[in-house]
Amino acid sequence: MKHLTSIRELDKGSATAILDNADELGAVNTREVKKLPALRGKTVVNLFYENSTRTRISFEIAAKRLSADVINFAAATSSVSKGESLKDTAQTLEALGADAIVIRHPMSGAAHTLASKGWISGSVVNAGDGSHEHPTQALLDALTIRQLKKSGSDLAGIKVLIVGDIQHSRVARSNVLLLSLLGAEVTLAGPETLLPKTFSALGSEISHSFEEALSAKPDVVMMLRVQRERMQGTFFPSEREYAAKWSLAGERFKMLGSDTIILHPGPMNRGFEISNEAADDPRSAVLTQVRNGLAVRMAVLYKLMAGEG
Amino acid sequence: MQVFKGVQLASGETTDITVEGSNITKVGKTKENGLDCSGLIALPGFVDLHTHLRQPGYEASETVLSGSRSGAAGGYTALFAMANSDPVADTASVVEQVMKLGEEAGLLEVRPIGAVTKGLAGDELSALGSMATSAARVRVFSDDGNCVHDPLVMQRALTYVKSLGGVIAQHAQEPRLTEGSQMNSGELSTELGLKGWPSVAEESIIARDALLAEQTGARLHICHLTTAGAVDVVRWAKTRGIQITAEVTPHHLMLTEDLVRSYDPVFKVNPPLRRMEDTLALREGLIDGTIDVIGTDHAPHSSEKKDCEWEQAAFGMVGLEHAASVAQEVLIESGAADWNRLSEVMSSKPAEIGSLEGHGSIALGQPANLVLIDPAASRTVAAVTHSLSSNNPFAGRQLKGRVVHTVFRGKFSYKDGKVKNA
Repeated sequence: MKHLTSIRELDKGSATAILDNADELGAVNTREVKKLPALRGKTVVNLFYENSTRTRISFEIAAKRLSADVINFAAATSSVSKGESLKDTAQTLEALGADAIVIRHPMSGAAHTLASKGWISGSVVNAGDGSHEHPTQALLDALTIRQLKKSGSDLAGIKVLIVGDIQHSRVARSNVLLLSLLGAEVTLAGPETLLPKTFSALGSEISHSFEEALSAKPDVVMMLRVQRERMQGTFFPSEREYAAKWSLAGERFKMLGSDTIILHPGPMNRGFEISNEAADDPRSAVLTQVRNGLAVRMAVLYKLMAGEG
Repeated sequence: MQVFKGVQLASGETTDITVEGSNITKVGKTKENGLDCSGLIALPGFVDLHTHLRQPGYEASETVLSGSRSGAAGGYTALFAMANSDPVADTASVVEQVMKLGEEAGLLEVRPIGAVTKGLAGDELSALGSMATSAARVRVFSDDGNCVHDPLVMQRALTYVKSLGGVIAQHAQEPRLTEGSQMNSGELSTELGLKGWPSVAEESIIARDALLAEQTGARLHICHLTTAGAVDVVRWAKTRGIQITAEVTPHHLMLTEDLVRSYDPVFKVNPPLRRMEDTLALREGLIDGTIDVIGTDHAPHSSEKKDCEWEQAAFGMVGLEHAASVAQEVLIESGAADWNRLSEVMSSKPAEIGSLEGHGSIALGQPANLVLIDPAASRTVAAVTHSLSSNNPFAGRQLKGRVVHTVFRGKFSYKDGKVKNA
């Protein structure tokens, strides 16, 4: 395996292997010397066309823990339409010695295009492309769920509810694909303008009532951010109305089971899609997600770059 | 004198065609010697109502000359050049320039299409009358690339163009419903995270314009139908007696949205590739007469516009050199229709819609505008052709049928695989 641009490139075995590896590599992060020599002499470039602090830093630390050199290349979004093309930027970075490019891009399919057009020979890792996919986020979510809810290797029988702006969410798409691949039962919930019925084709149940979805007693509730930057026009009447129906707060928060875990890919809008009470509850695994993000990205970089190399 | 010996006509009859000067002087067996054409089908030269020749303004993608070469190689003897050049063809001087470039190329008849609105902006009517009375004698008006979406502008344009004996060719796309759209709207667009272009955006405009055509008594042509629902709306409008004609492209007859999975921009086109159900409905419409013509929507783009991210890439595909093979596949190889129908949709009907004389029939005294096809040939479509651009979604596919010769006004514009003077 050379690239990771979509969960569709994984089968159950390879996905589980990445999670197993992440469990092992994650242990490095608790050691006194938090470093392995696995990618010594290799160079990883973080090519980010969208602002992202947490994902970029996560990939950066992951690469460094494996002893790779890391270069951060922040391309302003405006340069996508003006100035240097993705092809030229990527080829320039490869000429400078990049062995892998971790790309975040506002356009769906950009990572796939970079991996498949023959512009470069190195590995490509998708760190989020438009509304399409964010595979390492799904892997870290799966790892978190597996650690907290299950002792086995897959997620058979686990009920996961993903709530919010599904339409614009690459996190939701990657999660539906990966979690169902691992045997979980995924339900998506949100207002119909942000959750068209076509999502059922990805292999999930669909609900337009948060309360109804919660009454099915999910093991995991994942709250998503409303992605205003990807919206054209209005999708709901007001923030207040959205929060009144779709925030994890008040009565709905009380409906959660005592061992239901709360996930959020971050950054959270407290008071909008999630209340303070929910975000700070002991059942919230948000920081575990962040730690697992590091482990999963180490596992992915290791798999793509150290494997056949 | 040139005699085409032993050709098969669309009717199935085998005969000879004699050409003297620029005209056909005999259709029937003759003792004169000539070019052995046994096994070849002779049809009236093809007429494309929908070609983007890109000149003036985008000469890196195509010129009138290179587009004429591509057309000749595809069996065309007339092309209607869309108005979205730069400057836009919205005045007499631009359409006359395009016509003149066509005459200089001399490989086929180039008929400029005039813009409906100034600068294709959709607000004010362009110089419709002076384009119609200019040397270019414009009869087809279109803002193609953009929809004439304002109902009042469309109503006035239909009324005005009616008095000029012309037709409006509408690019049916409700703009608000398709803002930022990248591909067909549905399960696949959801999965790929690309913004969808819903069928209703096409169908609602066709329905509205059909009613406006009925109310004004004007003639309306719908460019590139792509959805099953659009075929239904046109069928309904025709039974109501509305003067409406419709077009389908070669790519929408054969290719479907699944190809977008590759995120390869060679499959990016507007309106987008649809589902198999739509493709089948379009074929049915073409066979039963609901759809009148095949128009290529030949839309060349230089490789810079396609060698990039999907969302960054330009919309459009070339089409002139494989349209006949696609028509053969859909109408003949399927067993659903015959060469007469193919001749109608590729030649006589587009000529009639465009008020174009001298094309669309093989008859005594008519200009010798002909195409000779080897229907038994099989070929692999090449990406690089006579067009300056290679954005060809059929590249690498195996298609039946090959244009062997094209004759324009009695002279070969394309002979044995070679364009004249090319």
